[in-house]
Amino acid sequence: MRVDTTLAIEASGLEKAFGETRAVCGVDLAVRRGQVYGMLGPNGAGKTTTIRMLATLLRPDGGEARVLGHDVVRDADAVRSAISLTGQLASVDEELTGEENLILIGRLLGFRHKQAKRRAAELLEAFELTEAAGRLVKSYSGGMRRRLDIAASIIVTPELMFLDEPTTGLDPRSRNQVWDIVRALAAGGTTILLCTQYLDEADQLAEGIAVIDHGRVIAEGTPAQLKASVGSGALHIRLLDPDQRPEAERIVARSLAGDVHLEADPAALSAPCADAEQAAEVVGALSRAGIAVANFSLGQPTLDEVFLALTGHPAEEEGAEPAEAETGEVA
Amino acid sequence: MSTARARPRAPQVSELAVRSALASGARPARASAASAVLAFGWRGILKIKHVPEQLIDVTLTPVLFVLMFTYLFGGAITGSTGEYLQFILPGVLVMSVLFTTVYSGVALNTDVTKGVVDRFRTLPIWRPSPLIGAVVGDSVRYIVAATIITVLGVALGYRPGAGVWGVVAAAGLVIVFAFGLSWVFTTLGMLLRAPNAVMNAGFMALFPITFLSNVFVEPKTLPDGLKAFVDVNPISHLVTATRALMNGTVAGLELGVALGTTGLLTAVFAPLTTYLYRRK
Repeated sequence: MRVDTTLAIEASGLEKAFGETRAVCGVDLAVRRGQVYGMLGPNGAGKTTTIRMLATLLRPDGGEARVLGHDVVRDADAVRSAISLTGQLASVDEELTGEENLILIGRLLGFRHKQAKRRAAELLEAFELTEAAGRLVKSYSGGMRRRLDIAASIIVTPELMFLDEPTTGLDPRSRNQVWDIVRALAAGGTTILLCTQYLDEADQLAEGIAVIDHGRVIAEGTPAQLKASVGSGALHIRLLDPDQRPEAERIVARSLAGDVHLEADPAALSAPCADAEQAAEVVGALSRAGIAVANFSLGQPTLDEVFLALTGHPAEEEGAEPAEAETGEVA
Repeated sequence: MSTARARPRAPQVSELAVRSALASGARPARASAASAVLAFGWRGILKIKHVPEQLIDVTLTPVLFVLMFTYLFGGAITGSTGEYLQFILPGVLVMSVLFTTVYSGVALNTDVTKGVVDRFRTLPIWRPSPLIGAVVGDSVRYIVAATIITVLGVALGYRPGAGVWGVVAAAGLVIVFAFGLSWVFTTLGMLLRAPNAVMNAGFMALFPITFLSNVFVEPKTLPDGLKAFVDVNPISHLVTATRALMNGTVAGLELGVALGTTGLLTAVFAPLTTYLYRRK
């Protein structure tokens, strides 16, 4: 493989199988230095397996990958010196306190105990964990655990950081905090490879996205390009008077190409809609027909819609044990 | 979308703070193998500090054995409880330290199932250091277990013929053996799926192998088949060597067998654990 110094990650034809399950079958990736790059896909698509190969945790069965110019198999130690990983399971020790966790990782990175302790204090402060520093991580909330996990990953600023579903299972506020941290890291120049199941997360953070399904990259581009390929989603309309819905349905069907969906709410209906202009036309037509609209919204396409558009099948978890197939080890 | 983000009173992680925390300090020189091992040893000791109950678990059973066997069966077996205590105490010391070795496997399995191993494996450190560090940290557990049994024994009237140094030498031997045995359980810890499974399998193996030894009775009173097993059981040799050290007598052969077994267990199971750990 030709070495390209502007690339942080360069993978070609990566493959990994666990027994009969082919988790990753030929993934190519090119992530520029300094970029936040998203890997988007459902559970079991092969995202975690790909990250684990790039982070030197799993040996690829086929293909090759260079991380920051170092081969992930032959030069694993050089890769490890420049990356950090925040895994799907928060990689912190529950039986230690938050502070002890950071001191431990600091010492393992080569700090002396005192320096490690000082660095831990700085990070606890920055991540709003000072108050909880002396408590066992066992007692932390999901959001606190995730913040500690990320803090442990930046004790020494990594050149490249892997974030595997950093907001899965978090409440909206904690999710926003994690997003802010990711933006701060990116602004500091760290390259970030982010795995996610959520289109809006990739949309919020990533400059480039690869959509993964069945262990393959099925689409690649900027968030805008991907969304454009699907259309802007669905127009949701709620009427003041439920009795007018049949008439509204006829008008919407005439203006928009797709099938009109009648919602469970007797006053609501929705239909696929390409852009805002079209949506405005539909709302105008309803108003001219004397149908009062209580509210309407043009939703972003969901991951399901992107998947449907890209693959012709809905995004769904594959196999009997998707979690196991993905990580290949966790019982 | 971002303008509508609701941000109620809760503590804020400010972007500025994160950026300044990022900026500070340069990368230190890579940790040496020794300092990585020490850091992991420190981690093991902290765990004992935070969850001291785990020590109570494993030391309470041998304490109960000392009390039960001495006062319930002692008179019947040797004619006097004092004489029986003198006989079983070194054996119970062996037993209580060996029971704690199962926890090495339980701890390793917990690390693997909880995901913290992923972080260790992506750090630029000497590969076996998490394993060796954990085993080193466990020595604190062994010392505590050995101390509790010895103090209890002396309080009940046990008198080591070789004095304090005999006891120290005996405890040292047992702890060295425990290091070897703990590799068996770390291997088990890498193979089984849950910490509880490691605990159950560990004790299921340790109970018969420690009971079917000369800890509680002289082998000559046993039926032939059982006696044959007890005679070759390395735990019997370890117990005999420990007794000898505590009583101030010499049991060179048994000492050799005990140390040889330690070497063998380490030579087989330490590389096996390391191999499984790398492949995870």
